[in-house]
Amino acid sequence: MSDDAATPTLYDFAHARTGDKGNRVNISVIAYRAADYDELVLQVSAERVKAHFAHRRPTQVQRYLLPRLAAMNFVLDEVLDGGVNDSLNLDMHGKALSFHLLALPVDLPLPADASTMNEEKR
Amino acid sequence: MQAQALAVGCGAGFSGDRVDAAAPVVATLVERGGPAALIFEMLAERTLASAQLARRADPALGYEPLLELELRPVLADCLRHGITIVGNFGAANPRGAARRVLRLASELGLPPPRVAVVAGDDLSHTEGRALLRSCLDGDFDDARFVCANAYLGAAEIAAAIRAGAQVVVTGRVADPSLTLGPAMAHFGWAADDWDRLAGATMAGHLLECGAQVTGGYFADPGVKDVPGLDDIGFPIAEIAADGSCIVGKAAGTGGLVDIRTVKEQLLYELHDPAAYLTPDVVADISSAEVRQLGPDRVSLSGVRGHARTPTLKANLFFDGGWLGEGEISYAGRNAEARARLAMDVMARRCGREMDLRFDLIGACSILGDDGGSLLRSTPVGALRDVRLRVAGRHAQVEQVDRLLRELTALWTGGPAGGGGVRVSKRQRLSMRSCLVPRAQVPASFSFFDEPEQPR
Repeated sequence: MSDDAATPTLYDFAHARTGDKGNRVNISVIAYRAADYDELVLQVSAERVKAHFAHRRPTQVQRYLLPRLAAMNFVLDEVLDGGVNDSLNLDMHGKALSFHLLALPVDLPLPADASTMNEEKR
Repeated sequence: MQAQALAVGCGAGFSGDRVDAAAPVVATLVERGGPAALIFEMLAERTLASAQLARRADPALGYEPLLELELRPVLADCLRHGITIVGNFGAANPRGAARRVLRLASELGLPPPRVAVVAGDDLSHTEGRALLRSCLDGDFDDARFVCANAYLGAAEIAAAIRAGAQVVVTGRVADPSLTLGPAMAHFGWAADDWDRLAGATMAGHLLECGAQVTGGYFADPGVKDVPGLDDIGFPIAEIAADGSCIVGKAAGTGGLVDIRTVKEQLLYELHDPAAYLTPDVVADISSAEVRQLGPDRVSLSGVRGHARTPTLKANLFFDGGWLGEGEISYAGRNAEARARLAMDVMARRCGREMDLRFDLIGACSILGDDGGSLLRSTPVGALRDVRLRVAGRHAQVEQVDRLLRELTALWTGGPAGGGGVRVSKRQRLSMRSCLVPRAQVPASFSFFDEPEQPR
C-alpha cells in the first residue's frame, strides 16, 4: 500500500465503489477525465489488481472495460472470507475495498490543478 | 400504448432506511403531475432470512418493521394522486404487510385502497425444498435449513397494476423489477421487448439503493463534495417509452445527481456489464451512455437487452452457528503494545477452541483478512489510541459465551489501562444460492382478502 501523497495513485485519477454478492465483490473504477482512461486501462490490469489484494486471496480477478463510461469493472472472487453471512470482518460486505484499490500506485503525472479532475461532472 | 414518460420515485433503499425520505419524493411527483409510481426496496439478501425467523416467532410479523413509519407520511398523497406504491416490504409475510397497509389507510381515514400481494417466491415448504435439493450443487442439510426464496420478476407486479392495484406488496423480487413492473404496466411492453425491459431495469437499478445515486455513499471531502449531505434527496427516474431514463431527485433537498454519481451506482453490484441477469431480462450496458442534461438531471440511454434466462435465482439460508465479538480500548503511551499483548492473551486462551479474527482498530482492521495475514505484516507502531476487536464463530453458543467472558476478563486480568469493553453475540445464517427452472416456481398475485388468482 502506498499512501504517500507524493506518489500518484489511482485515487488521483479515478473514483470507485464496491458492491457485493455472496463471497464476491465488484469494484468499479471510473476515470475523472476520459483522457486518462486508456493509460489507466494499460496500467491497472486484472493481474495487478489481484496482486494488490493478495492478502485477501482472490481466486480470480476479472476485468471488464466500459470505454463509453471511461470505467472499468473488477470482479474479485472469494475475497470476503465466506461473504456477508460467514466472514468475521467488521466490514463483512467489503465496502471499504474500493479505497484499497484506489491506493494502487499509477505512473501518470499529477495534474497541476487538481480541480480540473472533475471537469466532466458538468 | 401511452407515450407519456412514467416517473418512478424511490422511497427507501434498504430495510432501515430514513423514513422521512419519501415525502419530498412524493411532493415532487405530485408537483410534476403525470403518471407516477413510488418504490420501496427494503430487502437485502439477509434481511429476508431474518424476517422468516421473525414470522416463525410470531405469525403476524415477518414483514418490514418500518412499513408503517415509511408509508404513513405518503400514503394519502399517493392514493389521492394515483401514484402506485410498489414495495418488497412484504418480506416473509406479504399478506401481513397488506393487512397493515389497509389498517393504516383506515387509521388515516382513507377509503380502503386496492392492495395486491405477489406470491410464489417462498420455497421453504416441502415441495420447494424438494426442488431446491435437486437444483443445489452439494449437500442439502435438512437439519440446518431455515428458509429459501426465489427472485421473482416484474410480470406479476405489472399484472396487478393493470388489474387496478394501488399498492403492490411483494416478498422476494429482483430489486429492479419493482421499477420495471410499473413501467411494463404503463407502457404495455411485451414480455420479450428486451431492449425496453433492459432500459427500465437499469433505471430500477439506479433507483433501488435510494440515496446511493443522489450523492449518498459518494462524498469525499475536497475531492468529491456533495452539497447538503445531511438532507439528501431520494431519486426519481423519468422513464421514456423507449426504456431510456432521466435521473433526478426530490425538489428542495440536498445531494447531487451527476454523471459520477450515476456511473458509480450503474456499476454497483454488477459483474459482467454485458450480462446483468434479472428474472425479466439480460441487460447489457456495454454501450450505454450517461449524459448530464442539467443540474441534477442525468440521462441513461443505449442500454440493450437480451432474452431472459430459463432459470430463477434462489437464495437458501441455513443455520450458521454463532458469532461472538468483543472490543477493548487502550490509550496513551505504549497503547499499541498493550493492545497487541491483549491480542496475544486472547489467542492463547481461546484460539484452540475456535477460529478467531483480530483487528487492531486504528492500525489495521477492515482491510485485513480473517486469517490475519495483513495484520501480521503491519509493522508494530506506537499508536496511542487503539481498539482491539476479537471475533469468533462456533456451532455451540456455550463456546461463544466463553469467548466473550474471556474478553471481559481483560478488564482485570489483561494489560494495564484497558477500557470500554463491549461484547455481543448473534446467530448466523449461512447463505447458498442456486438456479431453479422458472416453470417450477409458479408466481401469482391476488388482491388482499380475495382468493388467489393465476395471472
